[in-house]
Amino acid sequence: MTEPGGSAPLVKLEGVNKHFGALHVLKDIDLAVERGEVVVVIGPSGGGKSTLCRVINRLETIDSGTIVFDGRELPAEGKALARLRSEVGMVFQSFNLFSHKTILENVTLGPTKVRGISRQQAEQRGMELLERVGIAAQAGKYPAQLSGGQQQRTAIARALAMDPKMILFDEPTSALDPEMVQEVLDVMTALAREGMTMMVVTHEMGFARRAADRVVFVADGQIVEQAPPAEFFTQPSSERARDFLSKILTH
Amino acid sequence: MNDLIKYAPDLAAGFLVNVELSLVCAVLSLIAGTVLVSLRVAPTPVLRTAAATYINIVRNTPLTLVLAFSALGLSDTLGLSFSKEPSTNAFWLVVLGLSAYTASFVAETLRSGINTVSLGQAEAARAIGLTFFQSLRLIILPQAFRAVIAPMGSVMIAMIKNTTVAIAAGYLAESAFVMRDTFDDTGVSIPIFIGLVLAFMAITLPVGFLTGRLSRRLAVVR
Repeated sequence: MTEPGGSAPLVKLEGVNKHFGALHVLKDIDLAVERGEVVVVIGPSGGGKSTLCRVINRLETIDSGTIVFDGRELPAEGKALARLRSEVGMVFQSFNLFSHKTILENVTLGPTKVRGISRQQAEQRGMELLERVGIAAQAGKYPAQLSGGQQQRTAIARALAMDPKMILFDEPTSALDPEMVQEVLDVMTALAREGMTMMVVTHEMGFARRAADRVVFVADGQIVEQAPPAEFFTQPSSERARDFLSKILTH
Repeated sequence: MNDLIKYAPDLAAGFLVNVELSLVCAVLSLIAGTVLVSLRVAPTPVLRTAAATYINIVRNTPLTLVLAFSALGLSDTLGLSFSKEPSTNAFWLVVLGLSAYTASFVAETLRSGINTVSLGQAEAARAIGLTFFQSLRLIILPQAFRAVIAPMGSVMIAMIKNTTVAIAAGYLAESAFVMRDTFDDTGVSIPIFIGLVLAFMAITLPVGFLTGRLSRRLAVVR
């Protein structure tokens, strides 16, 4: 099978607009994410970061503009949309593990029900993934029995089980107790090193410096500036970004 | 007391009919109610509206009228027939009417259960590529069912008691009718009356007890 799109960006947003009622939450967004690239999205709360992340697998619809994923425009609904979503992993702020399923079942559900892989194969792969994120010992437990950090690592394994072309992280560490943030960031950093295409909405500046190829600064529904992390953190070009960084980096 | 002993076989046979009706209607109304609520929350507006219309009409119509419609409307006028044997035919007309009626309550009960499942569950299901009906079947409904086991018990208890209005569909075999028929011969007999009440409670009380216990055991921890 040939890769549709080839060397073109994996995701390309052009002129994307989105309103929540009177609130213009995304304003003419143009953004491309290359294959293997790790893009970290930062910016003040309510500025549209999460929405930007969520429109890419159409958990939020857009009002105008185009989003092309892997050479094809995002399908509007139905089976085609479900197929697209199966190729884009998503990790949520609040984990959203299936509460009535065990950890292993959370990881094998997608492969068996969406991809039609046999249970045995899915479980073998699922255990490998749980091993990789360091929670194989918890495989038989239910999500509520795990710590936040363990739940979020399960959620990452669940996304990986679909062999996604990209993973979206929507504030993956914001709901965690401070001592559990690092274990999740470590898993994400390892993924980034292995070449996974990632878009990460986060407030973890350390992670942005360490793992990002590019930092995208979003405020008031617009991409204010984007630059490699070293450049962005040392000499931000926009007043808005300087202001934001001064507020978060001084304490 | 002598009346109760004398007529016990007739009453027991009648009560057995109540039990049969209850079992068949429980299965059918749970299935139909699940289908109804699936349509009720479907993303397609036509399906949603159709299910909501059905539920609102049937749920707000007195059961005696639903049963009368089942017998007089569907059977007599439109010629729906389950069997050449009149009493068998009447049995299934009651099953049809009572199941259709109870299904609307099952659907509304399940819908309140769906509302207890957080939106994030549905988003996570969609995000791994499950279609709407897959995520409903695999993620949402299993959690919704567990959340409403106790109220579903109440719906089933109401349905069991509702089998006693089967006469509205012209079905003359169940115990409440047998009791009234007996009273025509004997005059009102308190022992018969109490005996029948106890027979119903012997079924409905355990239903309430078991669903209460199950709901605690199967509660989804979030």
